[in-house]
Amino acid sequence: MTNTKQFCTFFVNNLFFGIEVLKVQEVIRYQGMTRVPLAPATIQGLINLRGQIVTAIDLRRRLELPARHDEQLPMNVVVRSDDGAISLLVDEIGDVVEIQDDIYERPPETLKGVARELVTGVYKLKDRLLLILDTEKTVDINAAGNRS
Amino acid sequence: MNDNLQQQLIKDLLIESFEGLDNFDREMLALEKGQGNADTLNVVFRIIHTIKGSSGCIGLNKIESVAHVGESLLSLLRDGKLEFSPTMSSALLEYSDALKEMLRSLEQTGKQGEVDYSALLQKLQALQTAPPPETKPAATFGLFEDDSEAPLAPRSSTEAVPAPLPAIPHTETVDVPEKTEVEKEVAARPAASVSDTAIRVDVGQLDKLMNLVGELVLARNQIVQFTGQSQEPTLLNAAQRINTITTELQESVMKTRMQPIGNIWARFPRIVHDMAQELGKKVELVMEGKETDLDRTIIEAIKDPLTHLIRNAVDHGIETPEERRAAGKPEQGTLTLRAFHEGGQVNIEILDNGRGINLAKVKEKALQRSLVTPDQAAVMSERELFNLIFLPGFSTAEKVTNVSGRGVGMDVVKTNIEKIGGSVDVLSEAGQGMTLKIKIPLTLAIIPALIVTSGTERFAIPQVSLLELVRLEAEQARKGIEMLYGAPVYRLRGQLLPMAYLNRELKLESAAGDSTNETVVNIVVLQADGRQFGMVVDEINDTEEIVVKPLGKQLKSITCFAGATIMGDGKVALILDVMGLAQHANLIAEVRDRAVAGSVKAAEKVDERQTLLLFNAGQNERMAIPLSMVARLEVFPRVQVERSGDQEVIQYRGQILPLIQVANYLSHADATPVQADPVQVIVYSEAGRSVGLLVSKINDIVHEAVTVKRGGSRDGILGSAVIQDKVTDLLDVVGIIRAADPTFYEESTKI
Repeated sequence: MTNTKQFCTFFVNNLFFGIEVLKVQEVIRYQGMTRVPLAPATIQGLINLRGQIVTAIDLRRRLELPARHDEQLPMNVVVRSDDGAISLLVDEIGDVVEIQDDIYERPPETLKGVARELVTGVYKLKDRLLLILDTEKTVDINAAGNRS
Repeated sequence: MNDNLQQQLIKDLLIESFEGLDNFDREMLALEKGQGNADTLNVVFRIIHTIKGSSGCIGLNKIESVAHVGESLLSLLRDGKLEFSPTMSSALLEYSDALKEMLRSLEQTGKQGEVDYSALLQKLQALQTAPPPETKPAATFGLFEDDSEAPLAPRSSTEAVPAPLPAIPHTETVDVPEKTEVEKEVAARPAASVSDTAIRVDVGQLDKLMNLVGELVLARNQIVQFTGQSQEPTLLNAAQRINTITTELQESVMKTRMQPIGNIWARFPRIVHDMAQELGKKVELVMEGKETDLDRTIIEAIKDPLTHLIRNAVDHGIETPEERRAAGKPEQGTLTLRAFHEGGQVNIEILDNGRGINLAKVKEKALQRSLVTPDQAAVMSERELFNLIFLPGFSTAEKVTNVSGRGVGMDVVKTNIEKIGGSVDVLSEAGQGMTLKIKIPLTLAIIPALIVTSGTERFAIPQVSLLELVRLEAEQARKGIEMLYGAPVYRLRGQLLPMAYLNRELKLESAAGDSTNETVVNIVVLQADGRQFGMVVDEINDTEEIVVKPLGKQLKSITCFAGATIMGDGKVALILDVMGLAQHANLIAEVRDRAVAGSVKAAEKVDERQTLLLFNAGQNERMAIPLSMVARLEVFPRVQVERSGDQEVIQYRGQILPLIQVANYLSHADATPVQADPVQVIVYSEAGRSVGLLVSKINDIVHEAVTVKRGGSRDGILGSAVIQDKVTDLLDVVGIIRAADPTFYEESTKI
């Protein structure tokens, strides 16, 4: 009997990503956003989450993927981090899936760029691959901002 | 005993004991000065007794046994079986340090520490066994037989309560001896009443409450905005009530977080005492207004700057007794700490009668460090020169002592105080001492701010950094802003004001592109680091009370923003950090030179500037009162004015506010009482009592130098002055209130 883990899944630029369910606070629809001037481009803006101010990070930009079409409204995956809640903007929300550990594999050496840093592993599902994101590294923008 | 309970008990013990030991130190110093009495000894005995009792109770044997030895000595002193001597006082202070050390170790590591105190304990024991011959030998120092207090009732003493009463008797005796009359009255009240009406609440709980109230304020704003469009009377009524209740709730919750500033002052007598002894100086510390309340976040923030300033004053300010004698001053220097509320801010003053600031030395040092150029120094005013000491890298101390001058300069003090929206000013006369005036806001959580628009975004500017708003129209809008080597400037009353465009600084797309083809230009005049500059914004909206919320760490590196807030419509707006913005726009560095030269002229005429409220009373009487006397300005619909006897009153914040028709008390034939609707009221408060002054029109608030021509022959007028080029009468507020209600001041002192 192998262990299983639960992941909240979503799509960004047709890639299938997952974040451990315990790290996700909630998933909400698109919210009006306040832009932050002078901020790194990965930061889309600030949203009001029931009185709490939450920074929204555009995952497409963060993962150095092509920009979203204007008419396509992103969804918020609000994750918990050491610094409080942070929203990750994704294209589309998938299901919460329960996956067995034995189909896990470390990311291939050929993975390039920022993905190599942020993707901690791959689950080989039947029909597609699920990329697991390291949330702490994903929301650590300062390091990324300095580099770009 | 379960672990949680044990933890809680230890926490209580720590809070109680640290508070107690601070008091203990103070009482000891009083005794040493000969200001103590039998009651003082009682107080210190009880403090130690409580610590011993509580620590023994939860199995902290080391603390208990150390406490025990001192307690025995104190019990002998209290019962008059021993005479108090300076040797004892220093041993007892050392003993208090030992207790603190163990408590601190307990706080940090959970253990009572490994330090061996046997030498100290022996010293204390030796003091007990050498009583004056006429008293009984130490054999009688049995512990509790003469105690009125049971060892397990630590909380019945007054110091176990977080000082909700302004005048706890034993704290007053030390510093303000002249108040003894009042003290006795207070002391006569049974101490139990304090602990009966006060409870300890976890600060986290209060913070949470504060956050919730913050949310409520936002929701309230949304409701009020929404109902503004409605005609439904029931809804409007309910919204109105929610509005007032929220305001009151906000104030009450804020009050619960208030702490008397005396809490952080408690350690100063000890600091001053130790430093004075080390430096061979004689210093008396006088503390006034320690009951002044301020938010605990602010208390925390000013603790270190204040300590630094106190150390500075004792180390550099006050001279040695020899120097003082040579200068014809009393050997003992005086250091005064004063705190009071004024105009919605807390003022803290630190005065010493030491050597003051030597302007020549300051100048020399500033030149030597290239902080100013010789040309600048030559034209600088006194005030400018004094303020040089706040520049980074400045210290006039000739030698670095181990007491101060550890690399933390006045610049850090200033930055820390400015960080919480405060300001520091220094005044000094060489040889006579110096005065530091600190002004800080009451709270940090909710601040008044101006909302402006630039591009499509709204921004909040904290009111504390806002000086004025300038609107340029038509011709002026095109020509008002001139270019100086590519740097935009504006002539504000003859002074060049460096300018920046908010949209350009923040790289926003904006309707207001070039100033040349604008019809209206809005300038917000701001102040940062003592320098002024103008910021062009697209639109100026409104002032609002906003709840400051921190930004995530991803945005911390952008110094232009101090935080964010949620607006009435639920959207997020960024709060501008005026200081950071000025640095970002390169305004500060640029301004520095100019402000130095520019303010020379200003400083000459602005020696005694005052902030005054201008209003009309009666027909066309132009009047003024100092803004510091104004608690609030209010507007009421006429119908709310009711009568109680022959007195006009109004219901105000759950109280009955008596109204005074100012015009009635002016000896003018044309003085007709105000019948206007709505009525304008200046609320004046003194010692918890308020009175409303009815005036016909509030005009303006000015900050001007005022020379009063004493023409006080008329009733209700203190004199006249020329304000804004017009003759303006200064209203005798106190006189009028006395005339209207002779008991106002009397009763207020009694209550």
